[in-house]
Amino acid sequence: MDAIDATLPPPVNYLNAQHGIKSWLLTRDHKRIALLYLFGITFFFVLGGIFAALIRLELLTPAGDLMEAETYNKMFTLHGVIMIFFFLIPSIPATLGNFLVPIMIGAKDLAFPRINLLSWYIYMVGGLFTIAVIVLGGVDTGWTFYTPYSTAASNTHVVLTGLGVFITGFSSILTGLNFIVTIHRMRAPGMTWFRLPLFIWSHYATALIMVLGTPVIAITVLLVAAERVLHLGLFDPKLGGDPVLFQHLFWFYSHPAVYIMILPAMGVISELVAAFSRKAIFGYNFVAFASLAIALIGFLVWGHHMFVSSQSVYAGLVFSFLSFLVAIPSAVKVFNWTATMYKGSISFQAPIMYVFGFMGLFLVGGLTGLFLASVGLDVHVHDTYFVVAHFHYIMVGGAIMGFQGGLHYWWPKIFGRKYPEGWAKLAALVIFVGFNLTFFPQFLLGYLGMPRRYYAYPPEFQVLNIMSTAGASVLAIGYLIPAIYFAWSLKYGELAEANPWGAKGLEWTIPSPPPTYNFEETPVITEPPYNYTPEFVASVTAASRPEVELG
Amino acid sequence: MADAQAHAQDLEPTALQHQFDSLEQQFDASVLGMWVFLVTEIMFFGGLFMAYIVYRTWYPDSFAAGSHHLDVTLGMTNTMVLIASSLTMALAVWAGQQGNRFRQVLFLGLTLLFGFAFLGIKAYEYWEKFQDHLVPGPNFVWDGPGNPHAVQIFYSLYFAMTGLHALHMVVGAGIMITLLVMAARGRFTRQWSTPLEIGGLYWHFVDIVWIFLFPLLYLIERHV
Ligand code: HEM
Ligand SMILES: [Cu+2]
Repeated sequence: MDAIDATLPPPVNYLNAQHGIKSWLLTRDHKRIALLYLFGITFFFVLGGIFAALIRLELLTPAGDLMEAETYNKMFTLHGVIMIFFFLIPSIPATLGNFLVPIMIGAKDLAFPRINLLSWYIYMVGGLFTIAVIVLGGVDTGWTFYTPYSTAASNTHVVLTGLGVFITGFSSILTGLNFIVTIHRMRAPGMTWFRLPLFIWSHYATALIMVLGTPVIAITVLLVAAERVLHLGLFDPKLGGDPVLFQHLFWFYSHPAVYIMILPAMGVISELVAAFSRKAIFGYNFVAFASLAIALIGFLVWGHHMFVSSQSVYAGLVFSFLSFLVAIPSAVKVFNWTATMYKGSISFQAPIMYVFGFMGLFLVGGLTGLFLASVGLDVHVHDTYFVVAHFHYIMVGGAIMGFQGGLHYWWPKIFGRKYPEGWAKLAALVIFVGFNLTFFPQFLLGYLGMPRRYYAYPPEFQVLNIMSTAGASVLAIGYLIPAIYFAWSLKYGELAEANPWGAKGLEWTIPSPPPTYNFEETPVITEPPYNYTPEFVASVTAASRPEVELG
Repeated sequence: MADAQAHAQDLEPTALQHQFDSLEQQFDASVLGMWVFLVTEIMFFGGLFMAYIVYRTWYPDSFAAGSHHLDVTLGMTNTMVLIASSLTMALAVWAGQQGNRFRQVLFLGLTLLFGFAFLGIKAYEYWEKFQDHLVPGPNFVWDGPGNPHAVQIFYSLYFAMTGLHALHMVVGAGIMITLLVMAARGRFTRQWSTPLEIGGLYWHFVDIVWIFLFPLLYLIERHV
């Protein structure tokens, strides 16, 4: 396992083993399904991005001049629904996770390849519902579907949107089910639980949330649809129902859902930190158990979204306390990554730039999360731009940074070609700058009292809003550059060897791109994870480290 | 539900699928897959149970009044029918392990029959409720004791919970038919009867859900 295979891509690999559109649409290969998902989420990211651009354009001036208030409501709803349910939730697990989970544990595929393909079709059908909503005129409830507005007042396409969310939920459930069974039952001989890469641990924790949380949102949106059509009274106070019950059910899923978004990114960061520091992750067990702790405690904190929704003070205090508690395992991870990098010889390439981006932005997002979890402060900033800034630091600054870092790191493995390093570094920098320019002013706006979800605002907020919109343009360019060079690299990129980074891990022991069944014969694992022995480091440094070293 | 069927198809007889190293691994994975699926089902019903707990606490009298309009005899009969079907299902799984084709067909057939009996009785109950204007929505009428809004919430939950359960029974009947055909063709042997085992898990789960639904919906405040 130690030897670096520097041969060129094998003539037959998973990409060219079969040809034609049918061979893709009927594939059961987890690697091809990962690419189908990559196609899907990219499409929805662009779509959601267009809505974001329209939101930011409207907010350039204090007056509501670009669109009607109703249209603006539809813009932020569609933006939120698409970004959450159709982009970020499937992003890392369904693409990088799908591709890497079997390979990293030494398996030929996931346990249920057909169910894996089925999950992609379910996702696409849910997506079609959402596109239908856009074509038919949109939906305006916010991605949170709060009752009784969504059930008794809104005259937009709530039912259709709800069905779309309901359907895609099952794709998420099936992915989670597949991961859990695969990680339990498909590990290669010798791949004990504590030899698993941390990427696997974080995906295991994610899968638990997918399986335990998603059914609850599914039944909840179903009830909203039924209530809307039949006026059952379940969530309508006029008919004896309780709108707050909806909020409980909704956030029971939707808070853990943010861990569906961030945990896989943390898994990516663990791999990247080890690979670029050439060291084992400091405190492996702590990081592994931190993933599980986040998944489990994450189910107990949903009430922090409801401090001002008539929740009792005692419940509020308990939820506040538990929310502080869940910050501990997250902080453990950040400490351990930092400790790993300390005195490591870090090679400064694009993926590690995303790691630094992630750590900085996730830190800000996480700490402001603690502000929001403090009952007293939240009463002040609830439903202001402070919240919008907070969750974008987590979701865009954390999860998407992690996703992009991982995409760069595994790109040579997935496609057998390298991306242009210089452009990649430039893009990482542009994204970091653009991101902060977009979202930092929103913290200030929120603290000063600008509420979210309004299309107009008092003139004194304009300067900060202009900064935010300008930042969004920079950010858009930052996302466009990788789109171009990634596409370019598919044809013109330098051919990648099996282990271009000189990293440990089973995925780097097989050719790039891998053959259809990944391993010629099932590997037998005899060493701990991230076993960067001095001999290994010496052998790979000589072979593949043209870059400057900082240290 | 639909996934459960896809799941059953995922298991071609005896042949080892490419992703597994051994039949044993393949069997373990299938069984674990079904268990995980059942956990998602518990959470799925869980949302409804939560709503039930909240509203029954809020409106105990109206829930009792609504409940008294359900037909306990039919509910009790259906409970017996399902318990019997669980027994025949367990016998079918046992027959699978024995590789006894005749008994497999017999017990699967009986299970299917009980399943249809349950659905028939349930349909009759729904029809009665429809006659009595107890289906929530614009035609709902309640002039008995209690708060009509709260009784409508009771009936909403009744239909949502038993309806979802009935849907699972329909899917279960589909699985039984598939298994019956496979059994009749002699596909299950002493070495390999995985679909029977995981189909059985599913069936028992659906039965257990009913065991909770019956007292919660039919037996509110009915002490003798
Ligand atoms: C990349 C550039 C992005 C920009 C410029 C942007 C901008 C905005 C703005 C201005 C709002 C607030 C609308 C309002 O409340 O008035 C918003 C809301 C939101 N954004 Fe983004 N966003 C971006 C990316 C994303 C991504 C990638 C995600 C998730 C993965 C996301 C998730 C959300 C959510 C969930 C909301 C709340 C929607 C609601 O209030 O219902 N955004 N975004
Ligand atoms: Cu939360």
